[in-house]
Amino acid sequence: MSSPTSEDSAPQPAGIVERLMRDDVDRKRFLKMAGGAGAASFGAFVLAACGSSSTKTASTAAAPAATTSSASSATGDIAILNYALTLEYLEREFYAKVVASGLFSGKVGSLIKGFGSQEATHVEALKGAVSKMGGTPAANPNGKFPITSATQVAGLAYTVENLGASAYLGQAGNIQSPEVLATALAIHSVEARHAATLGTLVKKSLTPDGAFAKPADMSMVLAAVKPFLA
Amino acid sequence: MSNHTITNAEQVGLANPELANVEVSGITRSSFMLRGAIAAGAVYGLGAVTPFVSQALAETGGGDVEILNFALTLEYLESDFYNVKGKEVGLKGTAKSYAKMFGEQEADHVEALITTIKALGGKPVAKPTFVLPATSQSSFLALASVLENTGVSAYNGAAPSIKSKEVLAAAGSIVQIEARHAAAINLLVGKSPTPNEGFDVPLTKAQVLTAVKPLIKA
Repeated sequence: MSSPTSEDSAPQPAGIVERLMRDDVDRKRFLKMAGGAGAASFGAFVLAACGSSSTKTASTAAAPAATTSSASSATGDIAILNYALTLEYLEREFYAKVVASGLFSGKVGSLIKGFGSQEATHVEALKGAVSKMGGTPAANPNGKFPITSATQVAGLAYTVENLGASAYLGQAGNIQSPEVLATALAIHSVEARHAATLGTLVKKSLTPDGAFAKPADMSMVLAAVKPFLA
Repeated sequence: MSNHTITNAEQVGLANPELANVEVSGITRSSFMLRGAIAAGAVYGLGAVTPFVSQALAETGGGDVEILNFALTLEYLESDFYNVKGKEVGLKGTAKSYAKMFGEQEADHVEALITTIKALGGKPVAKPTFVLPATSQSSFLALASVLENTGVSAYNGAAPSIKSKEVLAAAGSIVQIEARHAAAINLLVGKSPTPNEGFDVPLTKAQVLTAVKPLIKA
């Protein structure tokens, strides 16, 4: 093996890159670190997931250079899963507060309750998926939601579910693992079902985008949920 | 017997082979163009988009065309169901307005899939003749529920096999609409809008074909 004469201008010593390339144990540890760093807080997660590679920490920036598709795609999938997890945490909390508010009863009440339970299963599934890939699940952010009347809450739920559906759609093409993609799709269509159901309740369009649902990218979605972070 | 087999892109070659060598620099442009092709290909014409999808075609190796043709068959079925059968049955109220709206959207899906298949250099399958056993509003809605929920499972089952990011994005934007239709129809007939709870269950192509076979005239 030739000596590591690197043309790389990165400030990081070439040693770590070399080691990650040949040492599977080191690589796994590194990926775990990268996943954990992203999950440390919501803010850090946003940076890790959204920042261009040049703004990432030195160790994160080493990932694409250091690894071929399998390892870097795992970090990418973990970041996407943690992003989805963050949204699901918020949805779960939102529904829990709505149910606790007692604003809904009867058939609508049981629908709302059911949707909340389903968001909770999404949280568990995503946490499991992140851990299975060697990542650290993102922390549960504290949400704050205006809950004033049944009409207002149903309208907000409709908005939130449409956003959730478009967020999943926006990531589909970025997911590398077919298993992760299958999980995301299984959740995506359920969010769409929630959105349409709420559309019938608030008498808004079942299909606000028409025949083709529009995706939303991460920065758009995170900007939209920011008002709901405590 | 006519040649109604699913034809993949390798067999038919590019629609405009002389344009196959046009360089497409970077995925951004091709993905932009292919998305444009899916939504607006009908407006600008196939010739305008073909050179830009050669990269997507190279990625897929023809498998995506096969999946798209499978989806096209299902969309033909749904489109005929709402647009032809819906009129025959004589629907009223919400059922009538859903059938009109959903029928238009399924027809849009048919057009988009045909455009995409052609843009990838494939040959869209011909529309089969369907046998749709609905004679009343209630049997119509019961079948609508089956078709829409099966549609969701079909797309969810096929999507992980899609190679091209752009084709996957298109399939995703369609399946979300099928899921919305499924929920609305289920609510209308008194079923749960989320029959699979938190996770929609995928179906394999073989499972879907078995399910819809009785509806396709041999």
